[in-house]
Amino acid sequence: MNSVTSTQDTIQHGSDQGHDSHHGPAKGIKRWLYTTNHKDIGSLYLWFAFIMFLVGGAMAMVIRAELFQPGLQIVEPHFFNQMTTVHGLIMVFGAVMPAFTGLANWMIPMMIGAPDMALPRMNNLSFWILPFAFLILLASLFVEGGGPAFGWTFYAPLSTTYSGDSTALFVFSVHIMGISSIMGAINVIVTIWNMRAPGMTWFKLPLFVWTWLITAFLLIAVMPVLAGAVTMVLTDKYFGTSFFDAAGGGDPVMFQHIFWFFGHPEVYIMILPAFGIISTIVPAFSRKKLFGYTSMVYATVSIALLSFLVWAHHMFTTGMPVYAELFFMYCTMLISVPTGVKVFNWVATMWRGAISYEVPMLFSLAFIVLFTFGGFSGLMLAITPVDFQYHDTYFVVAHFHYVLVTGAIFSLIAAAYYWLPKWTGVMYDVGLAKLHFWCSLISVNVLFFPMHFVGLAGMPRRIPDYSIQFADWNQIISLGGFAFGLSQLIFLALVIKACRKQGEPVADKVWDGAEGLEWTVASPAPYHTFTTPPKIQD
Amino acid sequence: MVKRVVLSVCALIASSLPFICLGAEKSDLNLPVGVTDISQKVYDLHMTIFYICIAIGVVVFGVMLWAMIFHRKSRGVKAANFHESLKVEVAWTVIPFVILIGMAIPATKTLFEMEDASESDVTIVVTGSQWKWHYKYLDDDIEFYSLMSTPMEQIKNKWVKGDDYLLEVDKPLVIPTDRKVRFLMTSDDVIHSWWVPDFAVKKDANPGFINEAWTRVNEPGIYRGQCAELCGKDHAFMPVVVKALPPEEFDAWMIEQKRIKAEAAAEEARLLAMNMSFDDLMQEGESVYLAYCAACHQANGAGLPGVFPSLINSPITIGGVDGHIDIVVNGKKGTAMQAFVKQLSLKQIAAVVTYERNAWGMNSGDIVQPKDVYQFINQGE
Repeated sequence: MNSVTSTQDTIQHGSDQGHDSHHGPAKGIKRWLYTTNHKDIGSLYLWFAFIMFLVGGAMAMVIRAELFQPGLQIVEPHFFNQMTTVHGLIMVFGAVMPAFTGLANWMIPMMIGAPDMALPRMNNLSFWILPFAFLILLASLFVEGGGPAFGWTFYAPLSTTYSGDSTALFVFSVHIMGISSIMGAINVIVTIWNMRAPGMTWFKLPLFVWTWLITAFLLIAVMPVLAGAVTMVLTDKYFGTSFFDAAGGGDPVMFQHIFWFFGHPEVYIMILPAFGIISTIVPAFSRKKLFGYTSMVYATVSIALLSFLVWAHHMFTTGMPVYAELFFMYCTMLISVPTGVKVFNWVATMWRGAISYEVPMLFSLAFIVLFTFGGFSGLMLAITPVDFQYHDTYFVVAHFHYVLVTGAIFSLIAAAYYWLPKWTGVMYDVGLAKLHFWCSLISVNVLFFPMHFVGLAGMPRRIPDYSIQFADWNQIISLGGFAFGLSQLIFLALVIKACRKQGEPVADKVWDGAEGLEWTVASPAPYHTFTTPPKIQD
Repeated sequence: MVKRVVLSVCALIASSLPFICLGAEKSDLNLPVGVTDISQKVYDLHMTIFYICIAIGVVVFGVMLWAMIFHRKSRGVKAANFHESLKVEVAWTVIPFVILIGMAIPATKTLFEMEDASESDVTIVVTGSQWKWHYKYLDDDIEFYSLMSTPMEQIKNKWVKGDDYLLEVDKPLVIPTDRKVRFLMTSDDVIHSWWVPDFAVKKDANPGFINEAWTRVNEPGIYRGQCAELCGKDHAFMPVVVKALPPEEFDAWMIEQKRIKAEAAAEEARLLAMNMSFDDLMQEGESVYLAYCAACHQANGAGLPGVFPSLINSPITIGGVDGHIDIVVNGKKGTAMQAFVKQLSLKQIAAVVTYERNAWGMNSGDIVQPKDVYQFINQGE
């Protein structure tokens, strides 16, 4: 009963607010600083994520330039380590996660028929602390001794006894990122729980909303663990504790257990919303219902639950009891079952549909194939005896870039191409978009596919210099990297063009096969939508 | 028309498959088969799972490609309306599960074998430190450090790179073939990981803890690997080189090592009774400095600000000689400064301290002799 009342209260409250300010957004910088509007905050998140994507990408370019030839040419090893570390941190916490939060902000209220997010002021705060977190992180590169150089996984004691003094800045910045993520997650959960339009029952929720709901629970469960890990690093380094120092009774491997207990669910935080996006786009352009909606929901839940039981597969070489290795191997292999269910579902949705190849569909199809490549290498990595060979080589680098770049990032680009006309009210330059797709598709594979080869042939990751047998492939990989980096500038140009309303105006329902409440509002979406909740038909 | 396109695409894929697989068998694209029974099993496991993945990929992407070509809107097809089928859902949950069990059984067997280090013939303690390996033959009281021997000039692109660029050391680990060799891994500072791909052995060296691994090499030869866990600035520069000798040659090598060790002890004793000249000390000191100290403190002594301290006019190098000997001999706890007492001879320590007090414009004139170091180390006794 309670929840019903609160739902009505919130909706009532929301429509009041809408009534107050129906004149639209404030003007100038104050609009963005003070905004509590989910669409504005969504745009802020998305732009921030894209800028971070370019910054992290620039660091990847430094890495690839150094690795273009054997020998040290451009940067010193210590700076190279800072680049790999900060590239990873920025891409995970600055690009992928804020981009998904931006999509959640824009789309979840519009998908469930709510006027805004449930906690708009917290929404503003959770965004506006992020730029400071990343300013601190980037500033740490300029302090004496340089920025964090211990890898984004910051294994102790390299990050404690043996790290530079920028570690304190790193810890502080990760804390801010964590607080931002937790606030974002609380907002998503409260919004979905309380603000669904009447008649929007759990099993009518769009899959993007479902996957984000589960993601938000994962965030709340594991971000505090990350906060604990960085705090222990801080006190070990500066306050004389010995959590990770055997000399004081601690254990450096315990750090890895704590980190990966956060780290593995984190991987799914970055991919579950992607599953939601693909499950939205594939049916739209196949003009056919998603094959197994309920099994998709259950598969997502089981992936989320299993993600808490597999963390030590990142640590097979640390020296675990053989039965622990077996447990983590079996659980990890098991994850491929619900993940397989997802891929089979997408293919079954396409089967005997009426498929067309608009740009969001192109990126989604690339996602399905290339994410599955990442899944295959993931399955191979799960097999403990062989993992001893793959571990910490470029094979692993290839694996997680396939799931994160051609997985998470491709899904984000697909989502942008799918909803951009709704956001801006105009159709983007489709020619440019197709150019972006083909350039990205080809270059990303030139970039990441040969990493499998050099990894299997024995090239360790996180090295600024390598033996000459890896020279040819690394040159090709670097060329692919530069091409992929440049291709993203096409996307930047296209989005700027669309935001300046250069393009044909679009109808409310932009895609003929699209389903969902977001297509029932005008294009571009008005500043306030669903100030009165819509009626949900069966 | 479309059919022809599909057929030619399929034909192309089918005809290229053997080449892809052949390509995968080549060693610069794939895991090495290696030289142990275990590495062979690991390789077979790797290939089995690789082929299973290819088979699944062909089926799934085949169906997908078919739909992409034949179920296109532009062909005028109307979308079907089927969805939700318990039978299909159960099938594509159960079949992968069965395939997984098929993979797990051989993997489990191999894993048990790999983790059984019992009944070994030789035990070697492998200790990682920034950025070198130390090997100690537990039963023979022989130990030595193994440092990368690739010259800095090759890394800085001044000299042509050799064939074993970054994969060569001054003293390789020597092990016998056809005997079970057990490795006990640990570390003096951060986490390292000892990896030789041809043995399929990779194990982390954790500070304060001991890990176990083993190998039994079938073919004599030189096998190369690298540290596999990010361990700081020169992580790329701590290779592992293992020389596997037939058992009788290994035994001969071990006798030789004991003889060399005895001679070195005699040489140390001789040095204690005499004084070395300033020039000899400086010359020896410079080479020791470049091999052991320059990675952190840099060849010009200036260190890396904020990471590794400068030695030029530092409290250590212009302070008392005993304090200087102390930090080289015992290191500094809680920092990257290692204790060099077991890495360097008395002569080397004396030389490097002399060098550090007279190089880079400091010219203190201090001379430290091997016997001074000897007295410092044994002052308590």
